[in-house]
Amino acid sequence: MEKTLRPILIGKAEDLPQKLGKTVTIGRKEVAVFKLENGKIRAIENRCPHKGGVLAEGIVSGEFVYCPLHDWKISVMDGRVQAPDVGCVQSYPVEVRDGQVFIFIGE
Amino acid sequence: MTKQKLVLVGNGMAGVRAIEEVLKINREKFEITIFGQEPYPNYNRIQLSTVLQGGTSVHDITLNEWKWYEDNQIRLYPGESVTAIDTENQIVYTDKGRIESYDKLILATGSNPFMLPLPGADKEGVTAFRNIKDCEKMIEYSKKYKKAAVIGGGLLGLEAARGLLNLGMEVEVIHIHHYLMERQLDQTAGKLLQTELEKQGMKFLLQKNTAEILGKKQVTGIRFKDGTKIQTDLVVMAVGIKPNVSLAIEAGIPVNRGIIVNDYLETDVPNIYAVGECAEHRGIAYGLVAPLYQQGQVLAKRLCSIGDEVYKGSVLSTQLKVSGVDVFSAGKIHEDEHTKAFKVYDDYRGVYKKVLIEDGKISGAVLFGDTKDGNRLLSLIKRESAIEEYLETDLSNGHEQSAVTAMADGELICGCNGVTKGAIVEAIRSQSLSTVDQVKGCTNASRSCGGCKSLVADLLQCTLGDQYQADQKEAICGCTDLSRDEILQEIREKGLTHIREVMNVLDWRTDGCSKCKPALNYYLGMIYPLSYKDEKEARYVNERMHANIQKDGTYSVVPRMYGGVTTADDLRKIADVADKYKVGLIKVTGGQRIDLLGVRKEDLPKMWADLDMPSGSAYAKGLRTVKTCVGENFCRFGTQDSIGMGIRLEKKFEGLNTPHKVKMAVSACPRNCAESGIKDVGVVGVDGAWEMYVGGNGGTHLRSADLLFKFKSGAALEEMIGAFLQYYRETAHYLERTSGWVERLGLDHIREVLSDPNTVKELMIRMEEALSVVQEPWKKAIQDKTLLKDLYESLKLPVETK
Repeated sequence: MEKTLRPILIGKAEDLPQKLGKTVTIGRKEVAVFKLENGKIRAIENRCPHKGGVLAEGIVSGEFVYCPLHDWKISVMDGRVQAPDVGCVQSYPVEVRDGQVFIFIGE
Repeated sequence: MTKQKLVLVGNGMAGVRAIEEVLKINREKFEITIFGQEPYPNYNRIQLSTVLQGGTSVHDITLNEWKWYEDNQIRLYPGESVTAIDTENQIVYTDKGRIESYDKLILATGSNPFMLPLPGADKEGVTAFRNIKDCEKMIEYSKKYKKAAVIGGGLLGLEAARGLLNLGMEVEVIHIHHYLMERQLDQTAGKLLQTELEKQGMKFLLQKNTAEILGKKQVTGIRFKDGTKIQTDLVVMAVGIKPNVSLAIEAGIPVNRGIIVNDYLETDVPNIYAVGECAEHRGIAYGLVAPLYQQGQVLAKRLCSIGDEVYKGSVLSTQLKVSGVDVFSAGKIHEDEHTKAFKVYDDYRGVYKKVLIEDGKISGAVLFGDTKDGNRLLSLIKRESAIEEYLETDLSNGHEQSAVTAMADGELICGCNGVTKGAIVEAIRSQSLSTVDQVKGCTNASRSCGGCKSLVADLLQCTLGDQYQADQKEAICGCTDLSRDEILQEIREKGLTHIREVMNVLDWRTDGCSKCKPALNYYLGMIYPLSYKDEKEARYVNERMHANIQKDGTYSVVPRMYGGVTTADDLRKIADVADKYKVGLIKVTGGQRIDLLGVRKEDLPKMWADLDMPSGSAYAKGLRTVKTCVGENFCRFGTQDSIGMGIRLEKKFEGLNTPHKVKMAVSACPRNCAESGIKDVGVVGVDGAWEMYVGGNGGTHLRSADLLFKFKSGAALEEMIGAFLQYYRETAHYLERTSGWVERLGLDHIREVLSDPNTVKELMIRMEEALSVVQEPWKKAIQDKTLLKDLYESLKLPVETK
C-alpha cells in the first residue's frame, strides 16, 4: 500500500498559543501542535511512548517538550525521546502558507 | 510472547542491582515484582554511617526513587516480607496474606546483624547498626543520653562510633582483639588508626570480652569477663553479620552459612537464585558491596539467557568511611613465609603503605593516611600484576600528579560498580560531562560507597583540563552551573524581571527545562510579588490548568471547602455537576475535600462555572487544605474551636504560591484527629493555648513535626504562621518541602529568626504583599477568553472522505 501525505488545514498560526501545545484531533489521530518560542510550528503524535501521556500539555522548552506524566524529554523536531530514556513518537511535517497552518498526515 | 514472572525477595542493593542489570539487557522479558521488608525504596546501606555522622538525609542515600520502580513497571511491596516459598508450585506467600506465583525467584534477603547472646542483650538501649531504624534510634538516644558503647572495633563499629561522636555522645569502643580492624588491617595500620581515632575523641577498650549488659529495663552499663565495668546508656553491637537464610531453610533450599549457589548464582532448587550477602559461593558469603554487584551482573545474564559468564568469586577491598581517616586494604593482609613486602612508613606524616608480593606478583595491600592508590592497587591485585608495574609508575610520578594519569584504560576506578577508567573517560568525552554527579548518572561510578569520587574528579580534571572546575556547588539543573542562591542574588542585583531574561543574562546553556523554568517562575514571583507576571507556559500542567492531570489525560476537580466544612447546598451542587458532566469517580480526599475525577479538559471551565465555588488548589505548589477535627463545639474532648481556626487560616493563605505544596491541620486537643503532627504547619489546641508544629510530612519522607511556639491568642498564631511561611518562601529551594527545609536550616535557627518581633513584622509585611495579588484561578479562567481558548480548547477536525 502506498503512503501519501495529505495536508490538513488546522487554522491560523496567530491563533496558536506560543510556548504551549494544542491538541488537534484529526479523525482518530491525536496530534500535539506546538508554537515554539521562535515562532516555528511543529507537530508530533500526542502520546508519550512511555505511558501514553498527553504531550500537548507538557512544558515546552526550545525544541523539546517534557511529558506531563513522568517528565520524559522529547524533541518536537523529530519526535525522538532524549537520553537517558529511549523511544520515538511520530512527527508530522508542518507548513505555514499565508498564515495558515497545514499538517501533513499519512493516509 | 507473554512475560515471565520474576519475583525478587529483598529490596536491597544486591537484589535491585541484579534487576537493573536485567533491565539493561532486556526490558520486555519479565514482569517484575519486588518484596522489601523495610518501608523505603532501595537505599545505599553502606552510606548509613554518613546519615549517622550527620549532614546526609535518608533521601540523599536513596539509590532508586519510587519513580524508578514506577517507570520500569516494577511492582514494589515495601514493608512486606515473604514468609514462605512453595518450591513445587513456584509460589511465594507474604506476611500480608499476598500470594504471588513466579517463573524465576531471586532471594536477596541480605544478612542480619549478629547480636551477641549476652545476658541483658534484650534491654532497652541495645541496638544493632544495620538499617535506617537503627540509625534513627541512635540519633534519638543521642538527644537524651550522654554515654555510648560500641561493641566491635571493625569497620561497622568504628563508623557507628564516629557517628555517635558527631551526635555529641561520649563513645567507648570495645574490641576483643589487641588492635582494630584486624580482619582488614595489619597491626601497624591498626595502631595508626587507633591513634588517629583517639585524637578525634574515641576511647578504646581492647582485648575485652563482654560478659553482661547491666541495667533494669534500660541499659546502664557493661560488665566484662575480667570483672571490670563501665557505665553506658546505649550499647551498639557491631560484631558482624550473618546471612539471613531462614526463609531458604524453611523452603528446603540447601544452606550452609549462606544459601549455597553455583557459579551461575543458582541454588539447588530449579528457578531459584540467590545474590548478595545471603548467598554463599564457593564457601564464601560476602559482606561487602563490590562482589554483590558482580554477582548481579552474572545473574542477570543467566536470567536473560545471554552468554555463559560465570562468577568466580571476588577479591575483597575495604575502605573506612570516617572523615579525616584514610584506610584501604585489599587482597592478602598478613605476611607469611611465601610473601615479600614493599613497605613505606612515614611516621612524621602518619602515612603507611604495604604491598605484599608473592612470586613477583602483587597479592595484597594495606594503606593508611594516603589511599589514592587504593583502586589502582585493587585492579593490579585482581590482574595478578608484577610488582614492577606498580613500583615504576609509583616512583616516577612523585606525589604531585594524580594516580589516575598513570592508570591503564582497563583499570577499575569504581570497584563497587566495576567501572573502568576507559569507560569514564569515554563517557566524559562523548557526553560532554563536567561534574562528578553527571559521571555518576551516566556510568554508575561512585554511586555506591562514594570512595572513588576523588578519582572521578581527578579524571574529569585530566580529561577536561582547565575547563573543569573542582569546587562544584549544586546547580539548579543541567542548564546552568549556578546554584539557587547565586541565581537569586543575580536576579536581585541585576534587576532581572522575567525567565527569558534570566536565562539570557546568566548564560543558560539551553532554552530551559522542566526543572529550571518552573523554579525561575517561582523565584521571580517571590522576589517581585507585585510586578511579576506569572508565566503560565513555565508552569507544570496541573498548575497551568488548575486541575490535576490523570494518567489518561483527563483531569480531576476539587472545589474549596474551607476547613473541610460543607453544606447541603454545596453537596447538591457538586452532585448535580457530577451528573451533568458524567464524572467517572467521586472520591473523598485525604485532605477532607471532594474529588471529581475523569473530567475532560474541555469541560473544566464549564464545570467551574456551574459549581461556582473557589478552586481547592489540590494541584498547587501552595496552600492545599487545612484539615480540621470537630473541635470544642461538638467534641467532648475539644479544648478549642479547631474548625473556626482552620477556616480562618485557609481563608487567609489560600492561593499563596510556595516552593512546594503546604498542608495544614488544626486539631482541638492533643489526640490530634486532624493529624497536625505530619503537616507542614500543624496546630494543636490545648487548654487556653495553641501549639504550632512545623516541618511535618506524611508522604514519602515521613517526618513528625517539631513544636515551634505556643500562643495564647489566635491572632498571634496566625501572624507567626504567616511569618513562618514567608521565611520558607524566601529561603527554601524550589520543590523543597518544609520537612527538608526545617532539617536543612535547623529548627533552632528558624526559631531564633522568628523570635525577633521585628523580623516577624517584616516577614508579615512581605507576606501580605504576596497575598494581595492572589486571584481566584477558576473565576479568572472563566472570564478570560484568550485563556479559555489557549488552554482549554482542543481542535477537532473530521477526516475528509474522498
